[in-house]
Amino acid sequence: MLSIERSIIDAIVAHARRDHPDEACGVVAGAIGSDTPTRHIPMDNAARSMTFYEFDSMEQLRVWREMDDRDEEPVVIYHSHTATEAYPSRTDVSFAGEPGAHYLLVTTREPDSEEIRSFRIVDGVVTEEPVRIVEAGVDPHAVQSYMFGQSPATVDYECSDR
Amino acid sequence: MAIEVRIPTILRSYTGGAKVVEGAGDTLGDLLSDLDSRHAGLRGRLITDAGALHRFVNVYINDEDVRFLGALDAKLADGDSVTILPAVAGGAFGFAAAAAISQHSGTAAARAAVAAR
Repeated sequence: MLSIERSIIDAIVAHARRDHPDEACGVVAGAIGSDTPTRHIPMDNAARSMTFYEFDSMEQLRVWREMDDRDEEPVVIYHSHTATEAYPSRTDVSFAGEPGAHYLLVTTREPDSEEIRSFRIVDGVVTEEPVRIVEAGVDPHAVQSYMFGQSPATVDYECSDR
Repeated sequence: MAIEVRIPTILRSYTGGAKVVEGAGDTLGDLLSDLDSRHAGLRGRLITDAGALHRFVNVYINDEDVRFLGALDAKLADGDSVTILPAVAGGAFGFAAAAAISQHSGTAAARAAVAAR
């Protein structure tokens, strides 16, 4: 399962809408091993195409080095399909080179609604996974504790479903 | 002659999990052959049957994409650092990929021309 903050999903959708009808692409980095995407990095689509996307190789080197320096990895690699469903194409599968990443697809074919789906792609095998959108400000790993003596009206008790 | 080579996650099964390995060679092609003698199979993941650098990987010498340096003929010197990354690409239509790839080589040539100026 992919857990991702609503604000990051909103930023990805906004990027996809902005570049429509061309495909948009990018990365969400997170601490190595955390499986938690935290830093959204929109990338240029060097192909500038409605049916193909490709990271610019020099931009990719810079971003991958930056992740390395910050002990991060690409937790999510996303792109948009602008006229078809959010499902990996054969091209997506043949290129998928980050076995640890969640491959997030968003389709912008409908003007008013987005379809967002996530996949693992390992050795050419595509496995869809659920996407859980976490509201901002809630640490999904935090242990919820009830703070005695505080009014519930002033404490945010919203939490994840774990 | 030692050249540091950074290996991406997906290829670390060939290097016993190592993130960085060392190799030797006067060109990128020589280096990959040298690496393959100790990390059998690695070269085959980077080079096509036709003997060209694979489309699915990006290889850099220091800060340059080797596609602009002569690909497998790119010259190496002692102390150079080689980085291998999986190319991140894809898109909606499988059959459109070929067209996009040929478009890409056009782009690469144009960028090389700009760099040469």
